[in-house]
Amino acid sequence: MELARAHVLVCGGTGCTSSGCEKIINELNVNLEKYGLTDEINVIKTGCFGLCALGPVVIVYPEGCFYSRVTPEDVEKIVEEHLLKGRIVKELLYSETVVEGQDDVKSLNETQFYKKQMRIALRNCGVISPEDIEEYIAFDGYKALGKVLTQMKPQDVIDEIKKSGLRGRGGGGFPTGMKWEFASKSVNEQKYVACNADEGDPGAFMDRSILEGDPHSLIEAMAIAGYAIGANQGYVYIRAEYPIAVARLQIAINQAKEYGMLGENIFGSDFSFDLGIRLGAGAFVCGEETALMTSIEGHRGEPRPRPPFPAVKGLFGKPTVLNNVETYANIPVIINNGADWFTGIGTEKSKGTKVFAVGGKINNTGLVEVPMGTTLREIVYEIGGGIPNGKKFKAAQTGGPSGGCIPDSLIDVAIDYDSLISIGSMMGSGGLIVMDEDTCMVDIAKFFLEFTVDESCGKCAPCRIGTKRMYEILEKITNGNGTLEDIEKLKELCYSVKNGALCGLGQTAPNPILSTLRYFEDEYIAHVVDKKCPAGVCKALVSYKIDPEKCKGCSLCARNCPVNAISGEIKQPYTIDTTKCIKCGACVEKCRFGAISK
Amino acid sequence: MEMINIKINDKPVSVPKGYTILDAAREVGIHIPTLCYLKDINEIGACRMCLVEIKGARALQAACVYPVSEGLEIYTNSPQVRAARKATLELILSNHERKCLTCIRNRNCELQNLCEELGIEDIPYDGENIHYELDTSSPSLVRDNNKCVLCRRCIAACKNQTISVIDCIERGFNTHIGSHFEKPINDVSCIYCGQCIVSCPVGALYEKNDIPQVMEAIDNSEKHVVVQTAPAVRAALGEEFGLPIGTPVTGKMVAALRRLGFDKVFDTDTGADLTIMEEGTEFIERFTAQKNLPLITSCSPGWVKFCEHNYPEFLNNLSSCKSPMEMFGAVIKSYYADKAGINKDDIYSVAIMPCTSKKFESSREEMNSSGSRDIDASLTTRELARMIKQAGIDFVNLPDEEFDQPFGEATGAGVIFGTTGGVMEAAIRTVYEILEGKPLDNINVEAVRGLDGVKEATLKIAGKDVKIAVAHGIKNAREVLEKVKAGEKYDFIEIMACPGGCINGGGQPIVDARTKATVDVKALRAKALYTEDERATLRKSHENPNIDLLYKDFFEKPGSHKAHKLLHTHYTDRSNIK
Amino acid sequence: MKTLSELNQIKESKQAQVNLREENFGLVKVKVSMGTCGIAAGAREVVKAILNEARKDNLHNIQIFQTPCMGKCDLEPVVEIHYPGKDVITYVHVKPEMSERIIKETVLNGTVIEEFTK
Repeated sequence: MELARAHVLVCGGTGCTSSGCEKIINELNVNLEKYGLTDEINVIKTGCFGLCALGPVVIVYPEGCFYSRVTPEDVEKIVEEHLLKGRIVKELLYSETVVEGQDDVKSLNETQFYKKQMRIALRNCGVISPEDIEEYIAFDGYKALGKVLTQMKPQDVIDEIKKSGLRGRGGGGFPTGMKWEFASKSVNEQKYVACNADEGDPGAFMDRSILEGDPHSLIEAMAIAGYAIGANQGYVYIRAEYPIAVARLQIAINQAKEYGMLGENIFGSDFSFDLGIRLGAGAFVCGEETALMTSIEGHRGEPRPRPPFPAVKGLFGKPTVLNNVETYANIPVIINNGADWFTGIGTEKSKGTKVFAVGGKINNTGLVEVPMGTTLREIVYEIGGGIPNGKKFKAAQTGGPSGGCIPDSLIDVAIDYDSLISIGSMMGSGGLIVMDEDTCMVDIAKFFLEFTVDESCGKCAPCRIGTKRMYEILEKITNGNGTLEDIEKLKELCYSVKNGALCGLGQTAPNPILSTLRYFEDEYIAHVVDKKCPAGVCKALVSYKIDPEKCKGCSLCARNCPVNAISGEIKQPYTIDTTKCIKCGACVEKCRFGAISK
Repeated sequence: MEMINIKINDKPVSVPKGYTILDAAREVGIHIPTLCYLKDINEIGACRMCLVEIKGARALQAACVYPVSEGLEIYTNSPQVRAARKATLELILSNHERKCLTCIRNRNCELQNLCEELGIEDIPYDGENIHYELDTSSPSLVRDNNKCVLCRRCIAACKNQTISVIDCIERGFNTHIGSHFEKPINDVSCIYCGQCIVSCPVGALYEKNDIPQVMEAIDNSEKHVVVQTAPAVRAALGEEFGLPIGTPVTGKMVAALRRLGFDKVFDTDTGADLTIMEEGTEFIERFTAQKNLPLITSCSPGWVKFCEHNYPEFLNNLSSCKSPMEMFGAVIKSYYADKAGINKDDIYSVAIMPCTSKKFESSREEMNSSGSRDIDASLTTRELARMIKQAGIDFVNLPDEEFDQPFGEATGAGVIFGTTGGVMEAAIRTVYEILEGKPLDNINVEAVRGLDGVKEATLKIAGKDVKIAVAHGIKNAREVLEKVKAGEKYDFIEIMACPGGCINGGGQPIVDARTKATVDVKALRAKALYTEDERATLRKSHENPNIDLLYKDFFEKPGSHKAHKLLHTHYTDRSNIK
Repeated sequence: MKTLSELNQIKESKQAQVNLREENFGLVKVKVSMGTCGIAAGAREVVKAILNEARKDNLHNIQIFQTPCMGKCDLEPVVEIHYPGKDVITYVHVKPEMSERIIKETVLNGTVIEEFTK
């Protein structure tokens, strides 16, 4: 690739791909040719930029214009106006970057979304083409591996990682350096390095973005880990539902082999390392350490009792280090910039940054990376751009089905591993779901339990049966058949499952329930005592009513009711037959007088 | 041996390195409750019943898999532990078809034991229970997944047998145990050894019940009902009536059978003696001609079916002899029918076996060489015990009675058929004497006794080396067969499908996991048989006068045409069924 | 690739990519006016020439911008060079042939070519 006058970066993450970025790239190429610009301009497909709510995203350098919600029809305009004539297409810009009266654009780094972020694990996502190893190298790629192999001993590497304070980003928060040290101390001819890219938490896509946007960082980190502990073989376990990530990683592995970053005698040293991909097959439980290894071994993906721990007896019975994708993404940077630099970021016990996949009732849904210690308020209102439609913030769920909710009263919590646990939640892998006043917390607990029931492996009785029974009680409550006794029974059952289950899935499955009970017990009580759902979500507890004062008798609602539950005479107030009503809400939408409410 | 010092309930104790907390607790007299644990077969920490509290540990740990380490402090009965165990058991009960009164394992059920021990008063969590259809497709065993507690002991037992036709299907609450693609057990390569049944703690697996048809025959005055009993039955039947494991109850067993209404009570050991005559002759023929060696025994129907599915290339090496049960069955419907002047179609021939695969064997198409089914029904030891209880017979106080003529008492060689090495030893006693012209110096062939998986020896008989091997459990059978395939030379191999031999068959009394963890059931039952052998008047098959008579009057000589027609069989290649 | 120096070589040869995508204020910015009058006066050829020269010299500290009309329509093509630490240098009536000197003297060294400013 020769020096170009301008680079057009198109986001090729899964989100933007499904929104049609391939068509946009196509249109770009066609139009660049049409306007004779192909020699001067490069089109690069990159990884995720993070502002997924505004996808498909196109960024043009050197100006740094962030074009958002681009459609294939917009492309010609961008090419003709901007790339040919130098006139930035203001109406396609991300509104926050528009500077009135000037041709300049505000730097992305100054927008609300990006201002407080510190992209370390995501440093290359949205910047480089993930399918070009040389771009990775241009951005200091494989420099850390080179440094490690030529200037450091394995113990030096472990010491540096220990010093950095890096903790597992998959949710466990276990000190990475310590884990590597255990494996390094285990004596065995054969050791393994493994990567957990199963990312099963619903709504989480941090690992996916790193794999799609910067796969080489994972390869480099795993090679470094292999050197540190004495392993010459690594496996990346990716969920099969990530085909783009799998493809990009395979391309990256092939390139790494071609360039000698994988294989025999890397950088001329004694160290050889090979990396293989293993696909998951649709089981959340295979994101659990021992179940993952059991799955790679070709058995039913079920957890095993520990001890023995994987660092002593892991994959195929050999000492194994298993780390999450994001954890690995931090390794090359730590080696290059030093542990001291890393400890300067974050809080006392949680160093560095964390990537969050922010979703739910929030304006700026997408991927963010913030230093540990950033408050939830900053994430929700500043970076996240607040709650859409003027609704009120109610709670944020972290840690997915294993985590808990953080209510408004605790929105100033500084996010780090320990602070979240102290309030009944957990960091988890980084999924962060924002909920507003229209969310029913009992329904949320039920939603997560439905997931856990489906994903339980079935090996141990507390989880296999306990999650099902917990779900049944929640169903009972949301159906209007619950009693106060059921809430007590539910609490007890939660503790029983928490204490009895074999692995993390079962042990944390009750967390959404316990957490919502802790902060929103009044909603549960409303469901069982008043038989009402305060947020108006649980269909069985919601009834639609026509206000006779407001009703004009226009019959629009009755005509749109799919089950003919509304009756009345023209110009007279209509009534809803609650026994027929299926609570679809169509009538509410149609009424022009706001006469129907729940 | 390195000893580890730990504390259990604040009491210091030293145990060998490698012990689990469960083992250690046993040393100080504490039985931590378990459900999925089955020593040496299933140790997976899945059921969570054995949870204990460990000082300093964040969560409760499973005692059956947690290894002891220096300084470990364990609490086996803290409030937290009791609450966890009770809750787990209540959950398991909420997912179990609680029909104890009509269950085959009523009063011999590990789940009932746990309920009693943990003081369950109430099952607070009731909810959905998936209904499963019973698998009654096979002639030998039944699976009832509604009673299954998913302890996985059956899967482990089948894996231990290296058969592995059952495993978990689906996941989570929908997990259930079955065969690949939900095939009924009859359509896969199950050998019906029943190890799964004797590993099951509850009533999810049990033998096909053939009592009704036997009772019908007994109640039918037109039928002459004849019963034969395998050696292993007498070594274990007493356990069903509270007698210590390993008590031989031959005399009482005969007395009970008579009181149940059987017209004649015979001893399968007679069939065994007959098998030795036929098989011994067969061996001498093959060995002399050095053809079709090694000769492999064929009295274990589970082993035979395994061979048919997985090693059809060895079918020619199998002895063509039927098993003692089938041989005797054929004799009863021919020689005995003639002698007693009864029409063979009026005879109902029953066999009491320690074995579930015998139900399959008796149903094999070719087992009717007398013109009538050689065996009309095969009952397990457990079914016999149920019949005795149903009839209200006071078993332990029965007098000792003798088997009926014209077969009477068999030899000690016949009785040791029931344990691993027994068939080989019985054969050697006869073959040696025939070839050498004189008896063995020591009638006890120690080299083939004991519970080692594969026992080998080279015997010097009439100036020649005879290389023998004895294997029990299919895992060891595979080992020997692979050795043969790799070129190792053997002359005579005894294979029994069940680990330990018939005394540990799928039809034997079920011993609970707690007992099996400390008591060597196989060794005790085997000892009962060797004791019966020592006590026997005659200890070599060829000295059995009734067998002598059988040949003189009927078969002429071993290997004769008539003998081949009635006492020998053929096999079926089943290698297309997995 | 077997040595660190080889790695560095690849990194350096790709340096241009790096700089273009980062907000690196140490770079020399070359802005070419691109209004309709600019294009009519031949601004596109000027841009292409500048780009070619930059490629010939393997430059990796240059950002080339096409801007809308700067207002000096009678002086088109107009090229502004923003050299760090110096005042903005404006060249007028720029022709493609002038790009070699512009690159070698102004972009690389910050030297003002007086005759181009008139």
